[in-house]
Amino acid sequence: MATRLDTKMVPIPSAGIVPERDSGKMPVLVAAHLGITFGGLKAVDDFNISVGPTEIAGLIGPNGAGKTTVFNLLTKVYEPTHGTILINGRDTHNMSTVEVNKAGIARTFQNIRLFNNLTVEENVKLGLHNSINYTTLEGVLRMPRYWKAEKEAHERALELLSIFDMQDLADYKAGNLPYGAQRRLEIVRALATNPKLLLLDEPAAGMNPSETSELMDNIIKIRDTFQIAVLLIEHDMNLVMGICEGIAVLNYGKIIAKGTAEEIQNNPAVIEAYLGKKKEG
Amino acid sequence: MKNVQRKISLNKTTKSNFVTYGIVIAAFVIMEILMAAGMVSSLLKGLLVPICVYVIMAISLNLTVGVLGELSLGHAGFMSVGAFSGAVVSMMLQSVIPDAIPRLLISLVVGAIFAAIVGVLVGIPVLRLNGDYLAIVTLAFGEIIKSLITNMYIGLDENGLHFSMIKQKFELAEGGKMLIDGPIGLSGMRKVDSFAIGIVLILLCLMIIFHLVNSKSGRAIMALRDNRIAAESVGINVTKYKMMGFVISAAMAGAAGALFASNYSALQASKFDFNTSILVLVFVVLGGLGNMRGSVIAAALLTVLPELLRAFSDYRMLAYAIVLIGIMLVTHNPAIADRLKQIKIKQYKKSADRKAAAMEKKMVRQTAKKEGK
Repeated sequence: MATRLDTKMVPIPSAGIVPERDSGKMPVLVAAHLGITFGGLKAVDDFNISVGPTEIAGLIGPNGAGKTTVFNLLTKVYEPTHGTILINGRDTHNMSTVEVNKAGIARTFQNIRLFNNLTVEENVKLGLHNSINYTTLEGVLRMPRYWKAEKEAHERALELLSIFDMQDLADYKAGNLPYGAQRRLEIVRALATNPKLLLLDEPAAGMNPSETSELMDNIIKIRDTFQIAVLLIEHDMNLVMGICEGIAVLNYGKIIAKGTAEEIQNNPAVIEAYLGKKKEG
Repeated sequence: MKNVQRKISLNKTTKSNFVTYGIVIAAFVIMEILMAAGMVSSLLKGLLVPICVYVIMAISLNLTVGVLGELSLGHAGFMSVGAFSGAVVSMMLQSVIPDAIPRLLISLVVGAIFAAIVGVLVGIPVLRLNGDYLAIVTLAFGEIIKSLITNMYIGLDENGLHFSMIKQKFELAEGGKMLIDGPIGLSGMRKVDSFAIGIVLILLCLMIIFHLVNSKSGRAIMALRDNRIAAESVGINVTKYKMMGFVISAAMAGAAGALFASNYSALQASKFDFNTSILVLVFVVLGGLGNMRGSVIAAALLTVLPELLRAFSDYRMLAYAIVLIGIMLVTHNPAIADRLKQIKIKQYKKSADRKAAAMEKKMVRQTAKKEGK
């Protein structure tokens, strides 16, 4: 079981709070007044968050609160109708999903989206796609640069897979992996794009308690080795309260509470959102 | 240990690719030997180049359907563009380059380039669509190309190249040569013996596809097929790679068309109709999506089959359909596949049992020896 982190959260001038160690640095992600409406429905409204460059942040909320929609806004699957998103201080206005990824956001999906007919290694190599350096023609003609780059990519892919001890699975079809391994592979593929911020959408879904605790250790390991920020959506409160430094609670598209694990646990608005209101009298 | 495993699997792909090349080369060698021995009927001899053409058509369509994952019903359109552009250039160069072979090579390249250009033009609007919509638009494209070429008049005289879509407005100077004469199409071409070139072209197309699929770009194309949203999320430019797959496929079809044209002395645009597109799609489906070797074999067999069925005369296409359904049932039936698997497992179990029995015997013998001592 991962040890509980005692990080002091401090407010920063732009918006929200970040861990004390990140206070002097530019936050990797700042979302201000973010919102999207589908027809008349405000799916996300006035969403504000800031994530420090080495912070593990959590986004929780009851089902249908709009958590995944926030991820889709951050990665520009949907173009937000209101607000701004800054990645490392860069405005992502009018950027496409591909450009957002190049700017430094990688993500996993709630309903796993792997390249099922390709092998595990090929999946990771696709994450490395933009760092593999040769043209299509060089690839078809098998020029020396092809062999060199492919060899490097192969080694890098195995190295990344070894984070989760998956290098033995490199030749399996991704679609044939067990559920937990597919989730882990998605994280490896996201990491391969060399992100500054990793968005994990329910990484522990479908995992048993021992797998979850292993995952918690691995998320901390990833943060420490790659020195990146992680923002995760999760329903498993052990995981969220165990590793997340700053937590935001979303309900009906609005943030109802922000703070450290303790603050969130004792917040009456959060308790009400999850359990309902206590009957008077 | 891990490294050993990897090497084996890498070799597997390469080995499988070389088996495919080997099949094509072996087929070529066998046909050449049979022809030298005079054992090939003139009917089959006439089919050799069309077989090559349809094999290339099948593997190029397999790139679109199997690797890129988009159903295209207008593949014959690209073939048509390649055939007519290639043949026109070849006829224009007749006086400059009297030798037929270099002219054919030029016409193959020209056919591929023109088809690629049309591929880009069609691809821009079409590749915004998915699935059924894309199929319908490519179907329309095939028909439009057919109508366009059927109504096209191109001629050559001392003033240069003439082009018109209206016959009445089309006049050539004395001694001018008609290249494409509307519905009559191309005529007066010299046939070229291009079987060997066809085989080389098949090998070239196979090589391009195999190398593409095992490179960064090919992986990106397959990633789009498997999951577009995930591909975007890891920074893969969807439009670029979709277009790349589509255009390479179109260019190969264009080269195949130019090769096809070289085998006839006259050619009409109506030859490249919807039925041809569907025929090629049948090769691809029968051979297996994404399976290039399957496409090669299916295209070759199904091109020869109608000729072999001439004995059935009027019922020829009926027999063709029955054979086709039969093959589909056998190769694509999950019940039969399961059955085959069971047989394999049974054999495996049998051999495992035998091994276990042998082991047991050995053990018994050894213990007996020990006890004897």
